[in-house]
Amino acid sequence: MSEKVLEVKNLETHFFSSRGVAKAVDRVSYSVSKGEILGVVGESGCGKSVTALSILQLIQSPPGKIVGGEILLDGRDLLKLSKKEMEAVRGNKISMIFQEPMTSLNPLLTVGDQIMEPIRLHRGLGKKEAKTEAIRMLEAVGIPNAEKRFHEYPNSMSGGMRQRVMIAMALSCRPEVLIADEPTTALDVTIQAQILDLMLKLRDETGTAIIMITHDLGVVAEMCDRAAVMYCGSVVEQGPVKEIFKNPVHPYTKGLIASIPKLSDEHEKLFNIRGAVPNLRNLPEGCRFADRCDYCMEKCRKAIPEITTVSEGHEVRCFLNGGE
Amino acid sequence: MPEKKVLIHADGVKKYFPSSEGFKTKYVKAVDNVSLDVYKGETLGLVGESGCGKSTFGRCLLRLFDITGGTIEFNGKDIYAMSPNDLIKERRNMQLIFQDPLASLNPRLRIRQIVEEPLHFHKEQLDFDINDKAKVREVVDKTLRDVGLDPDLCADRYPHEFSGGQQQRVGIARALILKPDFIVCDEAVSALDVSVQAQVLNLLEELKKEYDLTYLFISHNLSVIKHVCDRIAVMYLGQVVELADRDVLFSNPQHPYTKALISAIPIPDPEKKRNRILLEGDIPSPMNPPSGCRFHTRCYECGENCGCSEPSMIEVEPGHFVACHKFDK
Repeated sequence: MSEKVLEVKNLETHFFSSRGVAKAVDRVSYSVSKGEILGVVGESGCGKSVTALSILQLIQSPPGKIVGGEILLDGRDLLKLSKKEMEAVRGNKISMIFQEPMTSLNPLLTVGDQIMEPIRLHRGLGKKEAKTEAIRMLEAVGIPNAEKRFHEYPNSMSGGMRQRVMIAMALSCRPEVLIADEPTTALDVTIQAQILDLMLKLRDETGTAIIMITHDLGVVAEMCDRAAVMYCGSVVEQGPVKEIFKNPVHPYTKGLIASIPKLSDEHEKLFNIRGAVPNLRNLPEGCRFADRCDYCMEKCRKAIPEITTVSEGHEVRCFLNGGE
Repeated sequence: MPEKKVLIHADGVKKYFPSSEGFKTKYVKAVDNVSLDVYKGETLGLVGESGCGKSTFGRCLLRLFDITGGTIEFNGKDIYAMSPNDLIKERRNMQLIFQDPLASLNPRLRIRQIVEEPLHFHKEQLDFDINDKAKVREVVDKTLRDVGLDPDLCADRYPHEFSGGQQQRVGIARALILKPDFIVCDEAVSALDVSVQAQVLNLLEELKKEYDLTYLFISHNLSVIKHVCDRIAVMYLGQVVELADRDVLFSNPQHPYTKALISAIPIPDPEKKRNRILLEGDIPSPMNPPSGCRFHTRCYECGENCGCSEPSMIEVEPGHFVACHKFDK
């Protein structure tokens, strides 16, 4: 694989409130290379979205604060940039698609105006050129009658259509990294298939690196090259997708894969992980999965395991793979 | 199934919602001419995309609103011809579990009160006296235990103190306490995370055996439907397009829409590569559905006749019904 475009190293984001500190992101490290799709999976509240928002420094402060770590884009630490320098990165070098296409578009502006905004701001094009470019983008994401649609407001479009507009907007400045936060969760399956297909096609054409945040392991299996599994604010396992599905090491990853109803299996009892996710404000001292884990040992309750390597590129944070 | 006893017989059910546009009143045809039988002891799955009318149909079966046309019989009795008093008596046998667990529980009531409420409402039909506090307590505690909640820890707390999975268990306990025959699960696990979803699906399966239940399981998630259901009905724009036993539907789907729907589900296995049928365009509005076969605007096997007349349900093999012009003689 080619060199890393974006590298997150030991990122820590905490939320401070009167009821205590919630460690939403705790020493998270992952990276993505050019043309690669990294899947970030986990259940709600595991910190996958907060990590993404931290990369773009979109965490509301207070209560949130990035307290440690590095975010390297082409070797440059984004956390050391001034506000103005960061603005030139956001939406330009790194852009983001959100889960709800309904609420992330401005209802008072036409679709065209919204796509032109980043093009004019970051690429410095004039109005006319920006319009041509915007229409070209709309066509690229498969919107029929792009010229007519350009003048329409988001409310006259369907969910799938709006998500296409979001993608057009996010890709309009040819970003190096695209962060897609649950881009298809709000859509129907047949529309989801269309959008995923579109994203793969655009990745092949532009070579943009994609960080795909999702809770759906099916989407990860079909779309991604590598996957990072998050639990309670930290990455518990990451590696090539085939490795993760064929040879999962962390008990949480195993449980997650076993608990999805599969189309291929028989009418039998589903595996389930007992218990529930612990409260982020009141985490256990040792491994965060210890209370729900079938393989829990004494040392798991005392210390958080360090990251160990299973095979080339496959890392896990669990004592089962050795380490003290 | 050894004997097939029809529990619910729905015939030509229609539900139109009026929607005024200027001076003209138009109708959203949410459910249009659906006929289905639900057999006792089975889990019937109802699958389709948003807006296809699956939830509306589920609610029609419980008479939660009045239907525009057709008849629905529950245990041989037409529930739309019943007097309100008779309906209330029949209602104890049919219950509903909602999608959003928190929104469906009253935030001001304790768990015990929520689960107990149906008993008070149907007090005349209970086999014990509602004023017998000890007995009521015993029934509530047993139901809570059956859904996997510890009454000593939970019963006196409020809904917001629980996780989503536990809230859904409370919703299930509320539906179960009257020992109904039939439960409509309306996207009952869609709001839950996968590991919790698996817990609730297993629970529903266990309860079905224990309480001798019949489910109508409504979901947009085909993998979940495949896991829990015996028979599956696929809906598109207010109509059932295919109905078959679970294994038949997945191994031998006939309707082009069913095929596309099955091929669109992401499979959690990176080794598996398959041909995906990509449907073009969006789902048309149910306010103004396409003429003829409603799927013809997106169909990849569309013939000349498809835009003209509505296909009728044809039995292509025993128990396997398809509404598609491909099978016209």
